[in-house]
Amino acid sequence: MTYSVEIKQLDLAFGAVKVLQGLDLNVSEGEFLVLLGSSGCGKSTLLNCIAGLLEITDGQIFIKGKNVTWAEPSERGIGMVFQSYALYPQMTVKGNLSFGLKNAKIPKNEIEKRVARAAEILQIGPLLDRKPGALSGGQRQRVAIGRALVRDVDVFLFDEPLSNLDAKLRVDLRVELKRLHNQLQNTMIYVTHDQVEAMTLADRIAVMKGGAIMQLGSPDEIYNKPRNLYVADFIGSPSMNFVEGHLEGGLFKVDDMVLPMDGYVFAAPQTADRLATIGIRPEHVVTGELVPNAPLQFNVDVDLVEPMGSDTLVYAKLGQHPFRIRMDGQASVKVGETISIGVDPSRASLFDTATEDRL
Amino acid sequence: MAVTDTGQTEVSTKRPSRLFKNIAAKIAAIPMIFTALVVFVGCTLWTIYHSFTRSRLLPAPDKWVGLDNYERLWSENRWLISIENLAIYGLCSLVLSLTIGFVLAALLDRKIRFENTIRTIILYPFALSFVVTGLAWQWILNPELGLQNTVRNIGWESFTFDPLNNADIVIYGVLIAGIWQGSGFVMVLLLAGMRGIDEDVWKASRVEGIPAWKTYIFIVIPMMRPVFVTALVIISAGIIKVYDLVVAQTSGGPGIASEVPAKYVIEKMFQAQNLGLGFAASTMMLLSVLVVLIPWAYLEFGGKKNG
Repeated sequence: MTYSVEIKQLDLAFGAVKVLQGLDLNVSEGEFLVLLGSSGCGKSTLLNCIAGLLEITDGQIFIKGKNVTWAEPSERGIGMVFQSYALYPQMTVKGNLSFGLKNAKIPKNEIEKRVARAAEILQIGPLLDRKPGALSGGQRQRVAIGRALVRDVDVFLFDEPLSNLDAKLRVDLRVELKRLHNQLQNTMIYVTHDQVEAMTLADRIAVMKGGAIMQLGSPDEIYNKPRNLYVADFIGSPSMNFVEGHLEGGLFKVDDMVLPMDGYVFAAPQTADRLATIGIRPEHVVTGELVPNAPLQFNVDVDLVEPMGSDTLVYAKLGQHPFRIRMDGQASVKVGETISIGVDPSRASLFDTATEDRL
Repeated sequence: MAVTDTGQTEVSTKRPSRLFKNIAAKIAAIPMIFTALVVFVGCTLWTIYHSFTRSRLLPAPDKWVGLDNYERLWSENRWLISIENLAIYGLCSLVLSLTIGFVLAALLDRKIRFENTIRTIILYPFALSFVVTGLAWQWILNPELGLQNTVRNIGWESFTFDPLNNADIVIYGVLIAGIWQGSGFVMVLLLAGMRGIDEDVWKASRVEGIPAWKTYIFIVIPMMRPVFVTALVIISAGIIKVYDLVVAQTSGGPGIASEVPAKYVIEKMFQAQNLGLGFAASTMMLLSVLVVLIPWAYLEFGGKKNG
């Protein structure tokens, strides 16, 4: 099977600084891949390498089975959308959409057809004669998407396209992007630092850190089976609770507590005893009448309560360890109270404390 | 208006007078406003008035002669040549220094090595006074000492390049020096403007396969319009008042072939002891500036209210 985008052993260095090292990545036809990471992790750099805007130091890039490692960006069959929209301010929306096509000597009626189609898909028909300065942020970004759309390409690259928009607009456009992908079925590679965008849009997420891909998998895998401590900590808001202890013969021991890890699926059979960290998501903790059904039960002291409307975030202490719990918005919990909670080991994650990898 | 629960804070119900807003800044601006009014507006009006009088060594506001000075001015060959020279020098220097400055800026903008060194070298002439520039180029263009002699010594015996000795092209000799001095400054201005353009616009145009020169002409230059206007104003001001360059390089010669209006004004006022004629000439210079400035200002600022 040929991949839509294939990256082999990609190296990128700026002088002595190695930004990306030995990176492999395959993106299937029609897939929505999100590159997720905090700033400086190399996600935008990787996207620029795919686009051909940065010359790579070593390795190969294939798009639709064709080696494009040394091809110009315009010859790679990609369209790109930028965070700052990058529209040409002195041209009308129509001019923005058609400038690249005119330059590529595409016949006039074909240009008209493509612009009309893009305008219809993105609902920017009434804006065609306006200049970017007279558009709102959301409209501008739609025009920027349109500019990629009219190029009639197989691969779309998005470089944090929603980061400059306000919160409400971001949600709206996110939904529209998902709809657009369903409609067009193009390959899309999308860079973001926002995990909600990543979780909602992606077929697969690549979590990046320090120029390397930490984990590549479906949003479900990334969320439920993080491969290491970094991914576990990065994904989820509020982030996962971590408690350090010992793993001895299938039992997790912390302080004077012994937790049988029944139901937990180990990545590899565990033989040796070792220092381990257990990770439990705040939303996977049960409270109230559900506690008796949970395999593991604890009492925690409530430290702080943050009501957030839809749910309530409780900061508590499990022995010496800080522990966050996400409860129903209706829950009435008071500071200083002791409440009982239940945890299911099958939904927890265990990591080797030394290597930080999932056990 | 802050209203406290206790009502203890006294809150003025009247809007504070706008006159006392930013009072410190207004006081600080008074001397400059005063200077501008007296020196620029006042002296301009005074000059225009006296251009209609027979003032010689001293201003003579009571000897009104109407348009006599202007009639004499426009019948004088020297003034006509000055105007023609200014037109040639102005047009060429405007076009060339903007073009050369832009090309240099575009080349420097391509992320080249030693950018700072090259930029400093190109900007250096701007740090010289026009007198030094004029003198240096007088030597360079001197047939016995400079360029022509050097090329002839290399072996091209018939090479001739002596603009400063040829009345027909002497103004181009001045032009070369003027551009040498001014284009570095234009380059720095335009380079700063180019650096202000979003990196992503360049990326977008590369993804669309638009060649760099087209990106410059159709996207970057229109985006840099405010910087171009600034450069234009600064260059134009320099052109109108060009004086010391000519004095140092050619003294207006050969003959009167490289005279310019500013030189004419200075000489009439302080050497020929004919203030009235000098004032008339400077009024004409002001008029020529206004002829260019008013339509431009109308287009630039007047259009926005309607649009």
